[in-house]
Amino acid sequence: MGSKALLLRYLDRFGIIIVVLLMIAVLTYLEPQYFLTFRNFSNILKQIAENAMLSLGMLLVILTAGIDLSVGSVLALAMMCLVMADIVGGWPWWIVVFIGPLVGIAAGLFNGFGLTLLRLPHPFIMTLGTLFAMRGLTNLISGGVPYSGLSDPVRFLGSAQIPLSFLGPGATLPVSAIVVAIAYIGISLFLRRAAVGRHIYAVGGNPNAARVSGINVDRVLLLVYALCGFFAGMGGLLTAGRTNSGFPLAGQGAELDAIAAVIIGGASFFGGRGTVLGVLGGVFIMGLLRNGLNLQNVSPFWQQLLIGFIIILAVWIDVLRRRAAVRT
Amino acid sequence: MENAGTGREAPLLEARNITKYFGAITALDGVNFHLSRGEVLGVVGDNGAGKSTLMKILSGLYVPSEGQIVFDGRPVRFSSPRDARNAGIEMVYQDLALAGNMTIFENIYLGREPGQKFLGLSVVDQKRSREMAQEHLDRLKIHVKSVDQLVEELSGGQQQAVAIARATAFDARVVIMDEPTAALAIKEVGKVLDLISGLKDHGVSIILISHRMDDVFYVCDRVMALFHGRNFADAPLKDTNRNEVIGWIMGTKGHSEAVAHDQVR
Ligand SMILES: Nc1ncnc2c1ncn2[C@@H]1O[C@H](COP(=O)(O)OP(=O)(O)OP(=O)(O)O)[C@@H](O)[C@H]1O
Ligand SMILES: [Mg+2]
Repeated sequence: MGSKALLLRYLDRFGIIIVVLLMIAVLTYLEPQYFLTFRNFSNILKQIAENAMLSLGMLLVILTAGIDLSVGSVLALAMMCLVMADIVGGWPWWIVVFIGPLVGIAAGLFNGFGLTLLRLPHPFIMTLGTLFAMRGLTNLISGGVPYSGLSDPVRFLGSAQIPLSFLGPGATLPVSAIVVAIAYIGISLFLRRAAVGRHIYAVGGNPNAARVSGINVDRVLLLVYALCGFFAGMGGLLTAGRTNSGFPLAGQGAELDAIAAVIIGGASFFGGRGTVLGVLGGVFIMGLLRNGLNLQNVSPFWQQLLIGFIIILAVWIDVLRRRAAVRT
Repeated sequence: MENAGTGREAPLLEARNITKYFGAITALDGVNFHLSRGEVLGVVGDNGAGKSTLMKILSGLYVPSEGQIVFDGRPVRFSSPRDARNAGIEMVYQDLALAGNMTIFENIYLGREPGQKFLGLSVVDQKRSREMAQEHLDRLKIHVKSVDQLVEELSGGQQQAVAIARATAFDARVVIMDEPTAALAIKEVGKVLDLISGLKDHGVSIILISHRMDDVFYVCDRVMALFHGRNFADAPLKDTNRNEVIGWIMGTKGHSEAVAHDQVR
């Protein structure tokens, strides 16, 4: 019984890596020429960077049994603000690069205050409001039209590539991947080691227990939504860099991708359960799937259908796993 | 320093004239309460009598609408459980208030994690936390397979023990327990009661809310009864008996033995 429980716990934690490796194996088999090249992996890394950012923030929120529907809109707002400051305002780049994350934090705090001060019944409602409001604001400040042609230093994080030509033709390491790596390692340490990180799990597991333990639950929630906004703002900065533009429709529906990655990564929608590694796995599963299906010329419509089933499958596996755990 | 003038030692914890409204509901109406050093006090009363509300006021979760709390001779105002904890008053809640998704040792130190500051962030020393938890559980003679077990994987009695361990992890002077045996299997009840006796031997004052006369008469020194949010009766255990106390719970005094007998479950 003890060893079985231990095995289950390991599967819980590392099972997702096995899934990712399996996918890589299958895709390599289907596309032996191209899939397993460094060029393709550079591409995949570039493509998943934004979802990786949004999903990391979404994990924090979902850990507290919350949800943030506004991340796509916040991404667009942050992107539009920094792009206009750069192109229209001509501000120096070292100010512009902070605008994205700062706008994100502000929007996150807006969500957080709505939840804690106004005591709106569920984060779904507050962030749904923010989803609309921030999209409207994005359209207002941009006049609904896209801008392009950013200055190079502003584009750096989102578009620069570190050449790794010794690994093969076209092999590069996107700087955005380094940003993602730093964020993931940082948040992973934060969640596992910092007292506040543990409090996030406590708030999600039993808010009442957290409260009577002297944890300031409202402050934890504020922090979590602010961080989620921060990562949405970072997503805006990366997207602006990658596309060399700002467009008011950016990030539409991106919140759903982020939620999907978190759930596929094994986090519980009811809070208190989920890991950074799992989310990374979820992001990769979605990224690999899109990449692989694109290489196979499968239409995006089929991709949507598949991702839908994978979400359902992931949650069903979770249900089975939980049931097995109860039996031991 | 005012003194009531009785020869008795001043109580460790005292509440005077406590009233608590929840909207239109009056949960407590002018309740007086006192607890001596090293005493185990049983608090009884029917469902809705106001026991939990009074205890939540003493532990800082609720602020009383009216009335005053005096702890160790000084008037105190607790505006959060943290205040009460800092003063040395801990509570084991009726619903335990444990985070089931977290480990035993994390629950014991939740909100008070040992650790140090790093870049302005308090970082938990998990190794020390584990060791401290293990030592503390050993001291209380609580046996668990591992302090790394998740709380939701434990039995009801073990969870109760963890909740008690948390309440006593930091030299508590008063531990309030709200129906600690209500949800337990018989054989686990004995362990929890022994745990309470053990705490008493360590000089901790204990308030025990219970519906079970066996619990009250096994560990308590004194029993007080609330009825409809008011003080109803109060007596040292040696001056009363089960049937009388059961009568108090139902709001009758004196001539209630026959009635009471029918109600014993
Ligand atoms: N948070 C609250 N909001 C509104 N009413 C409350 C609240 N807490 C308690 N009450 C009411 O106050 C009264 C006293 O409740 P309390 O929980 O203190 O009773 P109790 O003696 O602990 O009962 P039990 O034995 O069922 O635990 C009840 O009428 C209850 O409905
Ligand atoms: Mg109660």
